[in-house]
Amino acid sequence: MPPRTIIEKLWDAHVVHEQSGAPTLLYIDLHLVHEVTSPQAFQGLRDRGLKVRRPDLTIATADHSTPTTDPALPIVDEIAAKQVAQLLTNCRDFGIQCYGRGSQRQGIVHVIGPELGLTQPGMTVVCGDSHTATHGALGALAFGIGTSEVEHVLATQCLLQRKSRTFQVQVDGALRPGVTAKDIILALIAQIGIGGGTASIFEYRGSAIRALSMEQRMTVCNMSIEGGARAGMVAPDDTTFEYIAGRPFAPQGAAWDAAVARWKQLPSDEGAAYDRTVTIDANQLEPMITYGTNPGMGMPITASLPEPALVADPLHRDSIAKALRYMDLEGGKPLLGHPVNVVFIGSCTNSRISDLRSAASLLKGRKVNPGVRVMVVPGSQQVKRQAEAEGLPEIFRAAGCDWREPGCSMCIAMNGDQLQPGEYSVSTSNRNFEGRQGKGGRTFLASPLTAAAAALTGVVTDVRTLL
Amino acid sequence: MTFRSRLVPLPINNIDTDQIIPARFLKTISKQGLDRQLFYDWRYDAQGQPKPDFILNQPRAQGAHVLLAGDNFGCGSSREHAPWALTQFGFRAVISTSFADIFKQNSLKNALLPIVVPPEVHGALLQLEPDAAITVDLATQSVTLPDGRQVEFPIDPFSKHCLLEGVDELGYILKNESAIAAYEAHRVGSVNTLA
Ligand code: SF4
Repeated sequence: MPPRTIIEKLWDAHVVHEQSGAPTLLYIDLHLVHEVTSPQAFQGLRDRGLKVRRPDLTIATADHSTPTTDPALPIVDEIAAKQVAQLLTNCRDFGIQCYGRGSQRQGIVHVIGPELGLTQPGMTVVCGDSHTATHGALGALAFGIGTSEVEHVLATQCLLQRKSRTFQVQVDGALRPGVTAKDIILALIAQIGIGGGTASIFEYRGSAIRALSMEQRMTVCNMSIEGGARAGMVAPDDTTFEYIAGRPFAPQGAAWDAAVARWKQLPSDEGAAYDRTVTIDANQLEPMITYGTNPGMGMPITASLPEPALVADPLHRDSIAKALRYMDLEGGKPLLGHPVNVVFIGSCTNSRISDLRSAASLLKGRKVNPGVRVMVVPGSQQVKRQAEAEGLPEIFRAAGCDWREPGCSMCIAMNGDQLQPGEYSVSTSNRNFEGRQGKGGRTFLASPLTAAAAALTGVVTDVRTLL
Repeated sequence: MTFRSRLVPLPINNIDTDQIIPARFLKTISKQGLDRQLFYDWRYDAQGQPKPDFILNQPRAQGAHVLLAGDNFGCGSSREHAPWALTQFGFRAVISTSFADIFKQNSLKNALLPIVVPPEVHGALLQLEPDAAITVDLATQSVTLPDGRQVEFPIDPFSKHCLLEGVDELGYILKNESAIAAYEAHRVGSVNTLA
């Protein structure tokens, strides 16, 4: 057999059936379900009188429209309350385990999968959510699907899929102080554009990726979709195995040894060919920030904003001009020093314990600028408990931050946590689309460190000046 | 599947699904009633009144079936509410120079054709008079311009077959039950990790 990439190995291992003229039928090992993209799929099953084929490979949680206030209180928004209740009904009717509101295991779907040991190397993982790529950090082939496909997987545990192109992202070197995993992925997307990875799956490789912790790799893989890719992966190594060992759903005893032996076969073979390769020099990276209305509109935090007049392509020029208009920013000017109203630390990109520790390290013993509202939203109940055990909420509260219950929160602004029209935020989430964090709101995406720096100063700040 | 329609031009690159239908409308548990929410924040002002300068509020959009969008249409969130809202408004095709992957898949499952044309054809379509109509034909995979010029577009052959023959994809997968059962029986490794 010719040398294969990890992407091809996982694909080959999950082919159920191939028929000419039709896409491949691919088996799915883990299906994660949340309240927003599943109700219509369950209704489809009811309409056809179908069951869920493998409830044992399906796990649900409530995160998107779920409030980040005390779970003992009822949900005030009636429509959201109905949606969350419908998830519970659907899970009960179809025999699916649901870690819903009030569960010790509740959290953002892409935080709880890895943290419970549900996500494992070599698996195919899907969810009706484009950030499913997060799970690729563990060496799984994980991608987002639409609600029709959610229904297909519920009913058959399979999906009709066409092969994607393989795209190698080679990141070598060492990150300098103040530069994080978030800056790697923001730099990649700024380099290739938000459509750059369309029809592809990224494999992140190189010494800088190997040096990342599991949670940092999740931050990188999370935003693969912002580069247009279906999925992003990191081949499993000792960091991966150490992370998984002992988690609730991890294999144990002899099964663990067998699993690790299998997982060690997964990394791409020497000499495997990729359809495309880009390289990033980690030594040269600076803290990154986005200035516009898509995640590809990013730059080193010390750079100046682009000038639309200097852009040759007319539609591209219009995009930048439109984005700067929406953001009320002037081309050619720096972003450093720009006032910020809100700081959001959370989301499936950056709400894990290491992200909270990173923000807390800067905020400890300091006060946030009185003009800034700061929200810190842990990714899951488990992250929240761990943070409490380490005394992080006290650090955040003493600094003047709002410490909330787990959920998607202001990443998607479906649950009442949102920007007011015209407000600027520095957010650790993954999308800065118009209105994403509240109608008329304006988002700068950055790392937890950069977000914490803005919280302290009230303006866009190079965190390296505060270290 | 053949239809004639005026074009509704929205020549903006990277239109994301948060613009197509903002997240706050995703709290619904139904697929219906999404047409008014299509492009809501571009289409209505703070009082909920239609913005006259937005294309969907103009006469040429009424009764039209084809949206002419910029590059990388449908990027971002995987929400299938985007094609649901577009089809409920009356769209049967979106023409662009490229589409985001998940949006393309979701569209094909909802009989919304994601039609990719080369940049020069895209430019020519943008130049058409507001009243000019084009013809879209799925069987021949072609768009016919008012001057008679025919442009072919690519489409996944299986999706085309499903759309033309009314094949339901889930029904197709269900017919492979024995292959699925055989795969499960022979699978090496950890399919059963949650049990
Ligand atoms: S945190 Fe944001 S991006 Fe992540 S799953 Fe929730 S809404 Fe989606």
